[in-house]
Amino acid sequence: MDFFKRLFQRKTGSEPAVAASPSPTPAFVADTQQAATAPLNIPAFSGSNSPLRVAHAQSVGRVRDHNEDVLLTLTSTFDGDEKIPSFGLYIVADGMGGHSLGERASAVAARSIAREVTKHVYLALLSDSSDNEDRAPLQEVLLEALTQANVTVREAVGEGGTTGTVALVFNDQVIIGHVGDSRAYLITSNGLEQLTRDHSLVRRLQELGQLTPAEAAVHPQRNVLYRAIGQGEGLEVDVYTQRLAPDTKILLCSDGLWGLVEDDQILEVVRHAPSLQIACDKLVAMANDAGGHDNITTVLIEYSP
Amino acid sequence: MTNFSTRQITNALRASGDMDVNLKAGTKLRDRYLILGVLGVGGMGSVYKARDLNFTGVNKLVAVKEMINLAPDPTLRAMIIKNFEREGNLLATLSHPAIPKISDLFNEEDHAYLVMEFIDGKDLEAVLNDTPGFLPETTIVEWAIQLCDVLTYLHSHQPEPIVFRDMKPSNVMLDQLNNVRLIDFGIAKGFQAGQKGTMIGTEGYSPPEQYRGEAGPAGDLYALGATLHHLLTKRDPRAEPPFSFAERPVRKINPSVSPGMEAIINKSLAYNPGERFLSAVAMKEVLIALQRGMAVAVQPATSAISGGSVTSILPGQPAPPVGATSTLSIQSAPTGQETGLLTSTYFGITPLWVFRCEDEIRSQPLPVGKFVYVSVYDNNLYALSRADGKFAWKYASEGGFAASPVHEGGNVYIGSEDGKLYALTGETGRPLWSYQTGESVRCTARVAQGHIFVGSDDRFLHAINMHGGKRAWTYETPAPIRSRPYVLDKEALVFFGCEAGEFFCLDFGGSLKWRHRSKRAVTSSPNFVDGLVIFGSADYNVYGVEASSGWAVWKTRTGKPVVSSPAVTEKAAFIGSADGNLYSIDVRSGKVLWKFETGDQIASSPAIYKTAIYFGSVDGFVYCIELKDGKLRWKFKTEGAVISSPTVVDDVVYIGSTDHNLYALTA
Repeated sequence: MDFFKRLFQRKTGSEPAVAASPSPTPAFVADTQQAATAPLNIPAFSGSNSPLRVAHAQSVGRVRDHNEDVLLTLTSTFDGDEKIPSFGLYIVADGMGGHSLGERASAVAARSIAREVTKHVYLALLSDSSDNEDRAPLQEVLLEALTQANVTVREAVGEGGTTGTVALVFNDQVIIGHVGDSRAYLITSNGLEQLTRDHSLVRRLQELGQLTPAEAAVHPQRNVLYRAIGQGEGLEVDVYTQRLAPDTKILLCSDGLWGLVEDDQILEVVRHAPSLQIACDKLVAMANDAGGHDNITTVLIEYSP
Repeated sequence: MTNFSTRQITNALRASGDMDVNLKAGTKLRDRYLILGVLGVGGMGSVYKARDLNFTGVNKLVAVKEMINLAPDPTLRAMIIKNFEREGNLLATLSHPAIPKISDLFNEEDHAYLVMEFIDGKDLEAVLNDTPGFLPETTIVEWAIQLCDVLTYLHSHQPEPIVFRDMKPSNVMLDQLNNVRLIDFGIAKGFQAGQKGTMIGTEGYSPPEQYRGEAGPAGDLYALGATLHHLLTKRDPRAEPPFSFAERPVRKINPSVSPGMEAIINKSLAYNPGERFLSAVAMKEVLIALQRGMAVAVQPATSAISGGSVTSILPGQPAPPVGATSTLSIQSAPTGQETGLLTSTYFGITPLWVFRCEDEIRSQPLPVGKFVYVSVYDNNLYALSRADGKFAWKYASEGGFAASPVHEGGNVYIGSEDGKLYALTGETGRPLWSYQTGESVRCTARVAQGHIFVGSDDRFLHAINMHGGKRAWTYETPAPIRSRPYVLDKEALVFFGCEAGEFFCLDFGGSLKWRHRSKRAVTSSPNFVDGLVIFGSADYNVYGVEASSGWAVWKTRTGKPVVSSPAVTEKAAFIGSADGNLYSIDVRSGKVLWKFETGDQIASSPAIYKTAIYFGSVDGFVYCIELKDGKLRWKFKTEGAVISSPTVVDDVVYIGSTDHNLYALTA
């Protein structure tokens, strides 16, 4: 009898997915006749922890008397013989607008985004259906979630606005949705890479070669955004996907961090801190030491499958 | 404290709702000016409509501009007042019909007031908003000429030019005689207290250099260009990314605008001040020429609008090709050169050799070693000499060949319409074994892990041991399988689509890992990059699906069904559509990077070789285009639709055509 047939007695059909069977027994390995041509490397069961670990820290800063930043983290683990994709949702939002409009805008946006994404992705993962029918592409889910947040913020908060930077980790892909000047960085052994593009006036001027990064860093209008959640119809959202190599970290932060702590300082801290939490705390402390003139938020995610 | 300066501020001259209005109607200033109402609210104070009570017999109206001095520091406060007075004095010396007359200047408490001519009219932003559809170009040209005129007056002021610095529709009034008048001379400009906190909304009309602290006459020309762009397109630059006019060519939004006017606006919007018009006079001259219907020659600015040399446009003539801002789209063929000979001669492409078969070639040729193998509908698999296309041997099955041959370990494997998968020696075509499926095999096989994975019209995916041709397993799907399986060795996964639209991922044991549904047939063969499986569907979409879960990360819609299979680099996927375009799709976002238009459907699957992409189109051409931007390198005309997919090896392109020929072309 053929090796394949022996290994897989179950007649195939349109049955639901079943994860690969655990450790192959020696009997199969000993099946010599076909072994040379059929090295079926069925992945062995591995008893690893969740591939996602996360830490975060936040501070009102040393100048402001209220906190307009919001962060949200949601990490799902589901392991066993049956597996569902690893899922993580991380959001940083930096609100703006006087009379407490800023903190309301960022909170409303983060809740709205998380609600949409969990409904369309996470709850769908927990459903019994193995079919991917009618499941919107993940990028469309994020796009829709941010677009919906734009409507929700305008209805609920009126004049307030907020940035929104969202990282949706799905197996080894991270889908980034982004509006404003909060940032997502990818930190690997190669260094630190900014995944998001600031929707700010000075960033635009830099792209046109009209300002140097040094000039932009001290420009009086460096806080002017041309895109934010809660501002007008037809919000344009940046959405893109990045594959995560093992041992990659993602840092989400508000401008209270990156405006005061240089990229290479951030990299240094994340690389050498003994834990994710210590790295987050250290980054916030550094921003405060540098003046802390804005609210500071960091979320640090480690992907190590 | 967060200073929330939204677009409401830039719109503030209209919306007075949430701004503090200092003076109520009925207030008297200096016992002379009776406040009647608010005309507008700005960042530093309001503008009021008032009556000058010195004129007792008539209702003499004036505009009173107020500046509220909120500076906490007395020295700074004094300086602000001094500057306000200085600018007021300067304005009082100006004399131009488009500049309102100043009649009084005074302080009261911490407020400074400037009294000027009341202009009975509407500002251009209001005019624009109240106009259904687009404003006529002739009207806007007339306004532009008048604005150039007043800018000329200001810029030639002695001893120093006056820079207006705030040209925008809401600062231009249209009076009862339809003459434009400049209002709001930005007296308070430069004294706005340092802004704290994040803010939304940009000024929209200001030139880039203004953000470096440079304000010269060329900046006013940029702002005038931005104003004209807004007036002609109705696209408010404050609601768009700053300095993004080049992404919104005027004529793309409002095709009724003349190419000459567009060229004038583009030039005034150059990022580099030196590339704009030399002066308001120069800009005015070109506008007058345009108005008189004369040919307008505008040297395009390179820093905002890419493009060639001098654009010489007569009003009313068709537009010149749009520059870098539009999606790349190249016309299919030079007109009048539709015959194969002429066009081919035009690109200098002469085949290295041509081999003629007895039927159409729809498959992908397979060059290996000294042979090219090609399967044909005439029941034959041919082996030809790669060097010169000479016939070496052929193998006839009992049916035509729709699938393409694959090669592994010196043998050739191919499915036939007779339902069999054949294993032949590559050297002589001697049959080694055959494997019978229940229907035609139109799917090209995939060899991996000592097995052959092939779909059949019998709806099964067959896993066959390549040594001996024994069945390992089969997997049943709802419809024929013509999509070539893709195998991920390390993950031990097999991916393929079926004609009912399902897309499957099986493990090496033939068990379903996941299934993805598109609405129509998936004939396209998947490819893989960076954790994503990429394939096309007859539902018009190209999908990027996460390989281990089957959940789509993105989908990108084309205009017609996609049966072509993607070729991939690390960054982009390239795939044809029946809409006639070859798409370059960013694998990280699913965004279309560019597309290349051919004259008919593209069923052929592109091949990437060095820095170019090769594919055929039903329009009869074989195309070679640049990998990075889709620019045409060459094309070669065959005498039939090119459905065959090319294989490129050692700088030679092998591709068939429905004209029965197999071509070897220099890459």
